[in-house]
Amino acid sequence: MRYTAGIDVGSTYTKAAIIADDGEIVGTGMRSTGFRLEVAANEALDQALAKGQLAREAVDYLATTGYGRTMISFRDVQATDLTAQSWGTRFFFPGTRTVLDVGGQTMKAMRIDEAGKVRSFRLNDKCAAGTGAFLEKTARYLGHRIEEIGPMVEHSAEAVPISGVCAVFAESEVINHVSQGCSPADIMHGAMRSLIERSVRLMKRVRMEPEFTLVGGIMRFPTMVSVMREHLGDGVNVPPEPLVQFTGAIGAAVLAARRLEKLQAEGSASPA
Amino acid sequence: MESGYAGGVDVGSTQTKAVVVDPDATIVGQSLIDTGANVVTAAERAFELALEQGGIRASDVGYVIGTGYGRYKVEFGDDQVTEIVCHARGAAHMFPETRTVLDMGGQDTKAIRVQSGGDVLDFCMNDKCAAGTGRFLQSAAAALDLGLSDLGPTALRGEKPVDISTTCTVFAESEVLSWLARGKKIEDIMLGVHRSIGSRSFGLLRRVGIEEEITFTGGVTKNAAMVAVMNELLDATLNVSEESHYMGAIGAALFALERVGQPRAAKEMETA
Repeated sequence: MRYTAGIDVGSTYTKAAIIADDGEIVGTGMRSTGFRLEVAANEALDQALAKGQLAREAVDYLATTGYGRTMISFRDVQATDLTAQSWGTRFFFPGTRTVLDVGGQTMKAMRIDEAGKVRSFRLNDKCAAGTGAFLEKTARYLGHRIEEIGPMVEHSAEAVPISGVCAVFAESEVINHVSQGCSPADIMHGAMRSLIERSVRLMKRVRMEPEFTLVGGIMRFPTMVSVMREHLGDGVNVPPEPLVQFTGAIGAAVLAARRLEKLQAEGSASPA
Repeated sequence: MESGYAGGVDVGSTQTKAVVVDPDATIVGQSLIDTGANVVTAAERAFELALEQGGIRASDVGYVIGTGYGRYKVEFGDDQVTEIVCHARGAAHMFPETRTVLDMGGQDTKAIRVQSGGDVLDFCMNDKCAAGTGRFLQSAAAALDLGLSDLGPTALRGEKPVDISTTCTVFAESEVLSWLARGKKIEDIMLGVHRSIGSRSFGLLRRVGIEEEITFTGGVTKNAAMVAVMNELLDATLNVSEESHYMGAIGAALFALERVGQPRAAKEMETA
């Protein structure tokens, strides 16, 4: 069996995935990125190897992606986030034409063609209001951790309108709502809706078309996905829960496999 | 003296300031506390402390004006005036030649052009997001584990400021950490942070038109590095005094003084 690995070094989390040449995902690993990127990449990879009961040497080729992709010394090759997400989302949903990726500090929308080529792309990395950090901050102001957001919002009866222009200004807004007796669940629900409105605007700017594939950590929250469906209608795909955060890493592993095949076809020596 | 004193209470997003002036417009009591979650209580407490400091009874105060974002929460206030007008009035009182005011507070930065006497001609502020405000300094300080009062002295030791590219206050924290990871000195990072905020403020000032003298007001005036950076950018010496932090409350108190003797809107505060 031949194995390839992908590591997605994101602004908040580093994710690793290992796939076998039959297309099976044999292991994944994740940890917070912190500021020592190589350490994070090594640990995420080791977790993935442990899950697949593999040794380092079993990995034949390794690709990195994400903002820290060029800072990982043990990579064989790197791919941009866009390319990796194109391959990672089509790994699950071959009919994907529009991808929305909401990360901890970025929000990206892209439109791809049948071959997976990127046709249009928009990015927000200047402002936290459209990213996972917005939800995390809002949760913190309410005294909750990010893992609690999902279950909390399930209990919301009605969303409280949150303007969502600035993650810092949200603090005063949240405090005002709490002091007026709004429930944390309804406030969090409002924050989610404001984030989704921003996402849909970004998707419109790439002239979105179905199928839509939504990825990134916050798509774990069922409310997030159901509100997205309200806006986008049918044709919304979300990868299975634990893997929704790993599409970048999986895409990188797929690219690593393709690169390796090409090298072997050309008769080049396999890298160490 | 019967009801001849006047009060100004400036309820800011971060701190609440109160000032009491005598009939000659001399400041006889002042106080500064964190606004916290209960804005109404903060306003009451700040006013009580200012009275206490001046040894004045609430019944000696003939008129109170509230200002700042929480001005409508000053329940014992007789009227409200926006903080822009109050800062301009306070600045013109303390520094009569003032033509431009830069107010840097916890969540907002304002550039105000005034005419002789303190009437506002034009103003400009960051209403969309918290970039370039005191909050940006606070986030950077938190990332480096520095207290607010250490920020200025630390930055003043900087020699080679790093180039801070982040706009968003939420992302400032990770950028600061990434500079630290790249081995930059804390003082050079902090100087970079101050410059980044300074250049945003400079942009605001340019939009209203800069004319000397320039008076610096708000909580960030306590930060010597910020004063030095602004002086350098503006190639001028900003007016700063011990009272700069209280300028909004001073302006409010001066407006209140003009109205002592007029019918009052609020019921008098019960003396504790």
